[in-house]
Amino acid sequence: MARRAVAAWLCAAVLEAGAGPLGPPATPGLGEPVSAAALTAADLGVFPDGRGLPAGRGDVPTGRALFEARCASCHGPAGAGGSGGRLVGREPLAGTPLSFRSVGQFWPYATTLFDYIRRAMPLDRPGTLSVDESYALTAYLLQANGVIGEDAVIDARSLPAVRMPNRDGFIRRDREPAAR
Amino acid sequence: MQAESDDALQPVAGGGLLDRRVFLRCGLSFTPVLAAAPVAAGEGLPAWSSRPGLPFADYGQPSPHERRVLRRVGLNFQVSGGNGAAWTPIEDLEGTLTPNGLHFVRSHNGTPEIDPARHRLVVHGRVRRALGFGVDALRRYPMRSCQVFLECGGNSSAGWYEEPVERPVGLVHGLVSCSEWSGVPLGLLLDEAGVEAEASWIVATGADAGGFQMSVPLARAREDGLVALFQNGERLRPENGYPMRLLLPGCKGSVSVKWLRSLQLADQPAMSRNETARYTELLPSGQARQFTMVMDVKSVITTPSHGQSLQGPGVYEVRGLAWSGHGRIAKVEVSADGGASWAEAALQAPALPRCLTRFRIGWRWSGKPAVLQSRAVDETGRVQPTRAALVAERGRLGFYHYHAIVSWDVDAHGYVSHTYG
Repeated sequence: MARRAVAAWLCAAVLEAGAGPLGPPATPGLGEPVSAAALTAADLGVFPDGRGLPAGRGDVPTGRALFEARCASCHGPAGAGGSGGRLVGREPLAGTPLSFRSVGQFWPYATTLFDYIRRAMPLDRPGTLSVDESYALTAYLLQANGVIGEDAVIDARSLPAVRMPNRDGFIRRDREPAAR
Repeated sequence: MQAESDDALQPVAGGGLLDRRVFLRCGLSFTPVLAAAPVAAGEGLPAWSSRPGLPFADYGQPSPHERRVLRRVGLNFQVSGGNGAAWTPIEDLEGTLTPNGLHFVRSHNGTPEIDPARHRLVVHGRVRRALGFGVDALRRYPMRSCQVFLECGGNSSAGWYEEPVERPVGLVHGLVSCSEWSGVPLGLLLDEAGVEAEASWIVATGADAGGFQMSVPLARAREDGLVALFQNGERLRPENGYPMRLLLPGCKGSVSVKWLRSLQLADQPAMSRNETARYTELLPSGQARQFTMVMDVKSVITTPSHGQSLQGPGVYEVRGLAWSGHGRIAKVEVSADGGASWAEAALQAPALPRCLTRFRIGWRWSGKPAVLQSRAVDETGRVQPTRAALVAERGRLGFYHYHAIVSWDVDAHGYVSHTYG
């Protein structure tokens, strides 16, 4: 009986390790060491607590001018929406269709805004905005949504401290074991 | 034989649905017997039978007569040709595997033209040593293959519309495809880098313009995640992630990040744009579901479906696809009377877990209006809901994860259109 239990345990342990009857699969071990310096901005996540944010800064007036020059052609004047999604607006969220949900209505973290601007915008030339330009655009969009004031400066320290209006608007399904 | 046929054609549910074994049992024929061929050799033969055919081809293509079987492309914004989707024409396909050229595509800024010699996957973050893997290196690793479906989280989103959308089934439900994927088990690469105890998430990033990024729970990724290099035996198609993609069976397609360039181990998700502002489901309460990973149990009848016409009363085969990210499809039932009665369809073996499963059932159409529906149940007991039940639970603004029963209205002329029943 005890022996069978041990055998079952061993079997479960082997399965858990993803190993076949011959033990763990032998790998050729060809991964090459990568230095932190070799990682690009695109490889790095920006986290809600500010980890991953680069040095730099931006203010609202700079961001406003940049937005009109680089972003308004798709997102509309003052982010009111166009061929690209609407970005600015503080109406109640319930009932708002997907592409009309503004940053101020829906986005739970301000760090996401910086990351997405730097990573993916503008759509026809992603990755071309500098860190300072990305911070400035972030500052402007937060101000336009009424989240920060006109005088605010956004950088790696101030951005994670910004509390978004919809911060508590999400149900984390990864925390419900049954839902998976 | 005649008597047996007549007996087999006794319906087992309303509207004329036949026993699921009827075609197997009597070899029922749909077409009249053809006239006998002329006796004289060569005489009366079509040209293709009386002269040599085309030379060998180095890469085969579909018949020119099938040129209309194509993906349908829909763009999200006029500003960019690369943000949108190409839909699999599921109404034109049979079986369960999707030809590579017809696999659905959802990309956010076009298909990058990656030189595989210069592409590298880096595993970094909370690992003992950050490592880079080139394509050639990965090809030397032990591989695994799995047949699984991929479905975009936004597939079938038109189902949330107030009025039933009148479009071909592939243009509503065709952001699902099924392939045999082969590649390197993710766990092998994680073990080589040495995951630190604090790590609980992997932030996966693609090499496309805009660096598409999604966070996935480490436990799930380690369990059955694959760095896929092959799709139905050949290397990945560019639009499906060449030269390598993440593959997370059963999960929404967006987390199987294409053109995979980076796996960052972390103690929390990145909360990237596409796991907060998008790919989350807003509920009537104003709260939104986040990190809904698994695609739920679902089915749809592909034949007959929207835009098709039945050629008069008689015997037809109702065919469709069923799938569940939670496991195997256990049962598909079909109704020809709008859900008043149901008959069990035959499932094509093998019905693999998290794989498209083909179902079929005979139907004798009387010529009277009918409403066809299919309802799938998976091995975990999850049942595909009615549209009314799904909308009652989630409202109509969730956009993602629509999986309700689909209804096709057959009118007295045999014309098939979409209905909410």
